Amino acid sequence: MLRQTLRNYYLSTGQAQTIGHASYLAHALLHRLRTRITQLAILLGFFGTWEAVAHYRLMDVFLISSPSRVWQTILWLYADGLLFWHVGVTTLETIVGFVSGTIIGTFTAALLWWWPSLFEIVDPYLIVLNSLPKIVLGPLFIIWFGTGYVTIIAMALAISLITTIIVVHSGFSHVDTLRLKLARSFGATKWQTFLVIVLPGSFPTIVSALKVNVGLSWVGVIVGEFLVSRAGLGYLAIYGGQVLNMHLVMTSVMLLAVAATVMYQAVALLEQKVMAIHQVGQS
Amino acid sequence: MSRAIVLTNIGHTYMTTGGETNAIENINLTIAEGEFLGIVGPSGCGKSTLLSLMAGLVKPTTGRIEVFGKQVVGSDGTSAYMLQQDCLLEWRTVLGNALLGLEIMRRLTPASRARTNALLVEYGLKEFRHLHPRQLSGGMRQRVALIRTLAVEPAVCLLDEPFSALDYTSRLSLQEDVSSILRKAGITCVLVTHDIPEAIALCDRVVVLTNRPGKVKADLPIVLSCKDISPMSRRQAPEFRVYFKRIWEEMEQSVKANLA
Repeated sequence: MLRQTLRNYYLSTGQAQTIGHASYLAHALLHRLRTRITQLAILLGFFGTWEAVAHYRLMDVFLISSPSRVWQTILWLYADGLLFWHVGVTTLETIVGFVSGTIIGTFTAALLWWWPSLFEIVDPYLIVLNSLPKIVLGPLFIIWFGTGYVTIIAMALAISLITTIIVVHSGFSHVDTLRLKLARSFGATKWQTFLVIVLPGSFPTIVSALKVNVGLSWVGVIVGEFLVSRAGLGYLAIYGGQVLNMHLVMTSVMLLAVAATVMYQAVALLEQKVMAIHQVGQS
Repeated sequence: MSRAIVLTNIGHTYMTTGGETNAIENINLTIAEGEFLGIVGPSGCGKSTLLSLMAGLVKPTTGRIEVFGKQVVGSDGTSAYMLQQDCLLEWRTVLGNALLGLEIMRRLTPASRARTNALLVEYGLKEFRHLHPRQLSGGMRQRVALIRTLAVEPAVCLLDEPFSALDYTSRLSLQEDVSSILRKAGITCVLVTHDIPEAIALCDRVVVLTNRPGKVKADLPIVLSCKDISPMSRRQAPEFRVYFKRIWEEMEQSVKANLA
């Protein structure tokens, strides 16, 4: 019946010329609607069950906390002016981490593209560094950079930098040889070739490296905050654990999920913009 | 007519760890100004190498190349390329792509810009100037590539199998365009192809190369009795199939040796 109503609606607005097309549009809309409703149901079901389990003491609230207690903790943090402080510190550290990781990584990749023999020499070292679980460098960073934000950013950088170098360098080196030949036939210098052909041609690669780096930087920052910090969501989680306040731990997990998703979506949007320009048409 | 390109005793050898490969050997060729020369030969005979040498992208191992009386050392934009693919940069507009050569050569002036715009208008791309390559058809893309080549006012145009990536009908249609545009501009052209009919339809003269190391096997002026020089009417000429057979006979042995 709903389908019938929708079909008539599409016909009356002129969005569909034939009954067949109107049914198709109605079907497509209902499908989208069903997906969204199911997604919402999963979300509400999860929090509802969690709240119920806590409310009827089916499990110990001390261990699992509850959505209402998490919400109260958020309000309490907000009232104390700590909410945006902790979220802000972690977010800023992450942004500094992945932006600097991408810039330094791209710059290093450019140097390695410029001097191919330098790349040949450092290649095995890059592989070793890439394989190394960077978290083990934490103790070193504490001694070198102290117990402040420098160590945290260094941690984020360490995790994302090597991958960026490898991915972006491979993007630079796989630029179509015919394009390079074209530039050379116009007498292009190496610098011109880089600026006009190689760098802009690699923007999609750089942006996809950026997308990976966002995730890696969150990991680096949280590990860094576990190790040294006095502020941030990682600090909040580890502090909550130490004083056995699970509400605080759950709250920082929730806040982190939101912040990380927002940032990822922002970069995905940027990627869409770049891809729209770089989309290769028929040739 | 004056001599545009003179190759004297040209040879080229590639070095690899596995040994050395003689790509071409002892090539002597003179190409007249305004001439449209075709180079055909079996695959791997060094046709493309010959073009790279004329463009100054590669230095010959032996011999000497002169373009308009000047020895070729490095690429200076005297010769412009048309490649197998249009190589349009997808992040630049049609106009931006057409200006690429001028930009790289630092010859972007109001005058050269106006000339490029005029070329775009002349070849029916006026309304497409500010669009991106992805919004163009395959034929239009190749025309933009051709304008990018013409914009730098090259003395010589080197065509490295520019039609090979196109389907047969687009190929026929683009051959008409490219031939008429380049002949109208009076540019000396060297076309490398493995398509024998294409060479006969477009060129004043066809050179056949042997298997590697490539040497000149035959050098045939193409004289067809037809009223105009468009590739399509040249394909209708009675002598067309005679040249086809002649060139195939010159190539047959090499091709069979390659397949064996």
